[in-house]
Amino acid sequence: MDGDDIPKTATAPAARRRMTVSEASVPTLPRGARLRYDESRGRWVLLVPERVLAPDDIAIEILKLCDGKRSVGSIADELAAKYTAPREEILLDVIAMLQDLAESGFLVEAAGGPI
Amino acid sequence: MSPTLTDASPVLTDITGRADGVDVLERGRSIAQTYGIPLAVLLEMTHRCPLQCGYCSNPVQMERAGNELTTDEWKKILTELAQIGVLQVHFSGGEPTVRKDLAELIRHATDAGLYTNLITSAVLFTRDKLAELADAGLAHIQISFQANDATLANRIGGFKNGHARKLEAAKWARELGLPLTVNAVMHRQNLHELPEMIDLAVALDADRMEVANVQYYGWALKNRTALMPTEAQVDEANRVVEAARERLHGIMEIDYVVPDYYATRPKKCMGGWGRQFFNITPSGKILPCHAAETITDLDFLSVRSNHSIAWIWANSDAFNKYRGTGWMPEPCQSCAFKEVDFGGCRCQAFALTGDAGNTDPACSLSPHHNRVFKTAEVESAEGSNRYLYRNFSGGTLEPDGGYDA
Repeated sequence: MDGDDIPKTATAPAARRRMTVSEASVPTLPRGARLRYDESRGRWVLLVPERVLAPDDIAIEILKLCDGKRSVGSIADELAAKYTAPREEILLDVIAMLQDLAESGFLVEAAGGPI
Repeated sequence: MSPTLTDASPVLTDITGRADGVDVLERGRSIAQTYGIPLAVLLEMTHRCPLQCGYCSNPVQMERAGNELTTDEWKKILTELAQIGVLQVHFSGGEPTVRKDLAELIRHATDAGLYTNLITSAVLFTRDKLAELADAGLAHIQISFQANDATLANRIGGFKNGHARKLEAAKWARELGLPLTVNAVMHRQNLHELPEMIDLAVALDADRMEVANVQYYGWALKNRTALMPTEAQVDEANRVVEAARERLHGIMEIDYVVPDYYATRPKKCMGGWGRQFFNITPSGKILPCHAAETITDLDFLSVRSNHSIAWIWANSDAFNKYRGTGWMPEPCQSCAFKEVDFGGCRCQAFALTGDAGNTDPACSLSPHHNRVFKTAEVESAEGSNRYLYRNFSGGTLEPDGGYDA
């Protein structure tokens, strides 16, 4: 979310801990979001409060790289190398997907990452 | 406990959580034709609760402590649920924190790979007790609030100083890094505070809020005259929630359960009977919905029987009786929406028409609809505000001068 879009009334801490994803961000899953393989259905799932998300294969691959160490830029580097695709395009896709998750509170900036 | 679960049972959704759920699963061929094991299960640990809310959806005939499942029985259940493919459990009640083994059970569930939600009134916590649950692996906490004004909140819950304790517990939850959902059950006597309650949830740093209009089962049905909102209140609540969702996008999600007495189409209750949800009662019965025991002519099997949970889900008469669309009478059977709402709510059909196999009278096509609507209208305008407080002795009517909060 662009800082200017935050409504004036939204002054709670929740607004402040929502990250704005950029190339320099170091994303990780918060306590309430758990990525795991669901053996019985044969697919990866993202477990969040009272909901079960079923990310597609690409999203799963990106989420696995959100380990609190890699930056968004280096995630894009890895994916660009792996799929021999244009890095800039991949970077935009990755940021868009991660921003969506961040706005639902399912992705946070790792401690020590950029504010 | 939270009546919100009536239609908020988790289903697989796409990554942004916006696409409708079971479809994602049912498109996958593996379990498409069968009723796959639900993703989440509601565990009613106990019917004991320090609060006495008249809107509770627990059955009026509550289970006594002596009949509750033991720690070992719950552990066996948790292991079995994880093995058959359940991904999340909701520890609920009654008030789950009255069970001394809660931390032990959360740890057991977490070790088995289950995602654990706690649905609580939060009036029994100390900071240490909550920290113990967090250490045991608790993934998310949902705290109920009865109102924004403390006096009103304590009166609704029939519990002195409860509101202040909840505020404190919510703060501890965030300090411990637990995602927080604020649950607000709304009815005629607190709907005027909805905007302030949304602000309260934001101020408490909640990630989610559930705004649930009372659904009339169990104790709530007994209290209907004291709870039924006016149509104008419902319209206003719809506007308030809509505006708040817009304003709080990216900050706090709001799940909204609409009241159906004023609706024209029934709710898709539990996502369809026996389709994506079951719960386990304090004594181990497996139910298609937490209010199902109000349907007195159905026989529900228990984990204490010699059947597995998966067998009961797939084969028991109670689950199969209203599954799918084959059981439907007219006007459902020839209705274009029969796979959209699955005929509405079986418990409501039983409570209001005497037959769980009838069309939910919330549907405008039900021959009972106009009478139900009229009842709601009259009760909302003329009903007494005195609550019948929930307890093990059949309920206690609020004193004439009001509860001393």
